[in-house]
Amino acid sequence: MSLRTFSRGGVHPPEHKLSAGNKIKELPPPEIVVIPVSQHLGAPAKVLVNRGEQVKVGQLIAESGGFVSTNIHSSVSGKVLKVDEFMDSSGYRKMAVQIQVEGDEWLETIDRSDDLVRNSVLPAEDIRKKILEAGIVGLGGATFPTHVKLMVPQGKTAEYLIINGVECEPYLTADHSLMLERSEELFSGIQLLMKGLGVEKAIIGIENNKPDAIEKMKKVVEGSRIRVQGLKVKYPQGGEKQLVQALLKREVPSGGLPIDVGVVVFNVGTALAVYEAVMKNRPLIDRVVTVTGKSLKKPSNFLVRIGTPVSVLVKEAGGLPEHTAKVINGGPMMGKAFSTLDIPVVKGSSGILLIDEQEARRKEVKPCIRCTKCLSVCPMGLEPYLLMNLSEKSLFERMEPEKVLDCIECGSCSYTCPSSRPLLDYIRLGKAEVGKIKRARKAV
Amino acid sequence: MNKFIVSPSPHTYTGESVPKLMYGVIISLLPALAVSVWFFGIGMIIVTFVSVASSILFEYLIQRYILKVKPTHLDGSALLTGLLLAFCLPAIIPFWMVMIGALAAIGIGKMTFGGLGNNIFNPALVGRVFLFISFPVAMTSWPEPGQWMHYTDAVTGATPLGLMKEGLANRTVGEIMPELPSFLHLLVGRTTGSAGEVSALALLLGMLYMMYRKIISWHIPLTILATVAVFTGILWLANPDRFADPLFHLLTGGLLLGAIYMATDYVTSPMTRKGMIIYGAGIGIVTVLIRVFGAYPEGVQFAILIFNGFTPLINKFVKPLRFGKEVKHG
Repeated sequence: MSLRTFSRGGVHPPEHKLSAGNKIKELPPPEIVVIPVSQHLGAPAKVLVNRGEQVKVGQLIAESGGFVSTNIHSSVSGKVLKVDEFMDSSGYRKMAVQIQVEGDEWLETIDRSDDLVRNSVLPAEDIRKKILEAGIVGLGGATFPTHVKLMVPQGKTAEYLIINGVECEPYLTADHSLMLERSEELFSGIQLLMKGLGVEKAIIGIENNKPDAIEKMKKVVEGSRIRVQGLKVKYPQGGEKQLVQALLKREVPSGGLPIDVGVVVFNVGTALAVYEAVMKNRPLIDRVVTVTGKSLKKPSNFLVRIGTPVSVLVKEAGGLPEHTAKVINGGPMMGKAFSTLDIPVVKGSSGILLIDEQEARRKEVKPCIRCTKCLSVCPMGLEPYLLMNLSEKSLFERMEPEKVLDCIECGSCSYTCPSSRPLLDYIRLGKAEVGKIKRARKAV
Repeated sequence: MNKFIVSPSPHTYTGESVPKLMYGVIISLLPALAVSVWFFGIGMIIVTFVSVASSILFEYLIQRYILKVKPTHLDGSALLTGLLLAFCLPAIIPFWMVMIGALAAIGIGKMTFGGLGNNIFNPALVGRVFLFISFPVAMTSWPEPGQWMHYTDAVTGATPLGLMKEGLANRTVGEIMPELPSFLHLLVGRTTGSAGEVSALALLLGMLYMMYRKIISWHIPLTILATVAVFTGILWLANPDRFADPLFHLLTGGLLLGAIYMATDYVTSPMTRKGMIIYGAGIGIVTVLIRVFGAYPEGVQFAILIFNGFTPLINKFVKPLRFGKEVKHG
């Protein structure tokens, strides 16, 4: 039987899942945390606490700043040192709450026991409300507020819930370890999401390089309306549009969302957070982060409080290797590089990847020889070489009809280019400029 | 505090490079080179060496002293152009003509357009056609195979395509065929012709290697060959006395070399799979038109150059299948 996958393009980078099979290790709260108030797509949350105030674990410290926004909770107990701008993974200084940790005192409403709770009696509306209150966002890295995704727009219907357990980025193993170690809770979380969304059918998509996770999840969901589907290993299968196509052979229209073809997609980490929020009253205050790299002593999967400095994680994983030249938030294909270890883990941090000097530097850019590789790997059927040429010459208005806005920024084109051309850099520039042109057109 | 390199994603690369691709093509040409040296001996060695050395030298000189840019003469592309040019010359052509051909290939074919990646026409073919027009006699004096030590005084003869073209003026295909090399000889390369295009087997082997290494896809070469086979097949079925059979057309002349190595040149061929098929079919049709109805016995070189000219147009109008249908937003 040939395994399912998406139809156009794709690449297969070497895997390096160094931390696979390592049990999730829970890290104690650090001495100081910095909790940014914009850890999600949409408007930043509004700060509710002041300097000197005492807070508990799970306490709301910033509330949703609009429709597409969400709540932020304290991940530790202690004293608010500062409400100020701090550098986050974007490289810019942004509003955050800095807390000095004192003890580990949790809000009493939070159920901290390991008891598994299943079969919620809550109506869909209450499930959605709890998710909104708990500040849950997509934990795959896109950080779109989960409660917004659960509100199906008028005129559209959700038929399927898809759970993204693909984890197609090389190196990352956070989702893999969740599926192995927290499968029962995940099952419950998926059922809650199905109820919140009002769908009867759910599919968990997992790439075939994680046979143990496929087996485990299959066993857990047996007898339910949830199906586990193994997928051929191919990047970027974790992309929403690619995953929907791989599992259901439905193509999300250009400029559209999965809901346009009756599907809503959530990451496995999100499903777990939903379980904890709804069944345990526990807001999103920690997450599993893979800390990895070829020279790192102990590549690991850590359960980390939000706001913990990355330097603490690296120390726990055996310390910073000598020739580290690049630190990446996420995987090597789509992750963001940052300049210092002095930034906090946020809701969207799926992994910390350390890269050595010889791999970190970009190679000299050579002329395009039109080898067609970028075109054949593009999962969206675009022409990266052409988009880069247009962007380089500032011919932005010609990029819109070439569908530049469909680019999902997976980086397959730059990855594969034998001339080391920075295709994605120029395409991103083009996307930004086309966005400006579109907004200007609307304003007229 | 540590300061790390910050650059946008992706942060990992395949390790593929232009020289690696070029040397991959060069490796795939080695069987054909070996067969040519076996049949044409010292002449082939001299022509190949002069062509490759002068292509690299001219690339260096033009970049260094005329264009004043960093020379890229060792990236494999000039070597490949030189090799391909040598492959489409008679093994007994005077060495100074080879040098002129290399100058035309690199100078006119490549550098006037801005070097690697910017040329519209295949440089080796530009060199070949330049020589073909400038020195028609030398360019059609084909040595008979099996003359190891001869360079300038070899016995020459017409190519199978040339014999067919002349013969058809007053005889039928059936009467001409006995004078031509057998299909077995055409397959291994024991025939008169351009040094590197004689052995069909060696060229097909090279094609398989390039496909295995994913340097080229099947779309261009197989479309050309299939189009030629179908077109000549129809003619042959209509009148077997007037038209040679498809196998004869596939195995003779520069068709295989052209289809596998010239038409697949990255820079001058279309980007999309659909575009490649249109381009391949066009080359196949024009090749047969020139061979069968035109003034020259051989047509693939002109067909490829003509369709090189169409490549930008094909790229403009033939788009890949985009993901997702259009959606209208209120």
